[in-house]
Amino acid sequence: MKVKSKKPDLAEGDLTPMIDMTFQLIAFFMVLINFTQTESNDRVKLPNSQLVKPPSEPEEFPIVLHVAADGEIILSGDTYTVETLSTGLRGEKSVMVTRDVELPDVKVIIRGHKNVAAGQVQDIIKACQDEKFEKFALRAKEDRS
Amino acid sequence: MKIRRDVEQEKNELNMTSMIDIVFLLLVFFVMTFKIVEMEGDFSINMPLAGSGSSSDDLELPLKLRLRADGEGKLTSISLDSINLGTDYDKLRGQIIEVIRNDGPDSDVSERKIEVDTDYNLRYEYVIRAITAVNGYRDENDQVVPLISNITFAKPRR
Repeated sequence: MKVKSKKPDLAEGDLTPMIDMTFQLIAFFMVLINFTQTESNDRVKLPNSQLVKPPSEPEEFPIVLHVAADGEIILSGDTYTVETLSTGLRGEKSVMVTRDVELPDVKVIIRGHKNVAAGQVQDIIKACQDEKFEKFALRAKEDRS
Repeated sequence: MKIRRDVEQEKNELNMTSMIDIVFLLLVFFVMTFKIVEMEGDFSINMPLAGSGSSSDDLELPLKLRLRADGEGKLTSISLDSINLGTDYDKLRGQIIEVIRNDGPDSDVSERKIEVDTDYNLRYEYVIRAITAVNGYRDENDQVVPLISNITFAKPRR
């Protein structure tokens, strides 16, 4: 006597290759993700240079100034003009003092947009000098073409 | 009549749905936040505070690099110690190499200084290109040959 099974046939696909691929993709993106958001800004497109190389070791006490094309300065997420920049720099200075860092050891990294007026960058350097900062670096994008 | 049911092997199947859900959420997060990291580097600029420079270092006058711009901020001329070089950065680099050669083999290149004097509205990328030209070049083996690394800015022109 034939007894019919009441179980409906379930078409189960093999999910193993898909899960393998998905994990590989996640691993890929995790390795390449860049969390150093403070070192970049969407409003800044850096000029190219064939000579610059990424520093072998990161700066110990950097102050990163992003200079947008219209001359606005972004420091620690706040926006300043050349006239008001000293307020932001004083805030950074007070942080450095609490960490026992000497001001001459602090490097001011200027990430200027390629179309900003060079005079505005010079004004920013002058404003930093007025706050007793001495070491500066102009950041550029590595151009291997 | 007794019907024997087939002995069904009990399968312990894990429910994968929730794991796949989370895995896909993670994947979407990483895809959305993914940004190709651009390689960046720095040019050091020497801007000592007034009165802090040592007198022995100031004996040698720096080379004067003058960059002029038109109304739109485009480069119109480069001159090195009043020698007009047009808008050719290779000429500028050649001139710098000439200056260093004339200093003789005993001279220390690191003591050479250059002062960049630009028009206020000149676009920053032209300044970086000029700094690149005076800072060095890449030879046939793609090795960086350093030239002048002691770079300062003149007072901004309004």
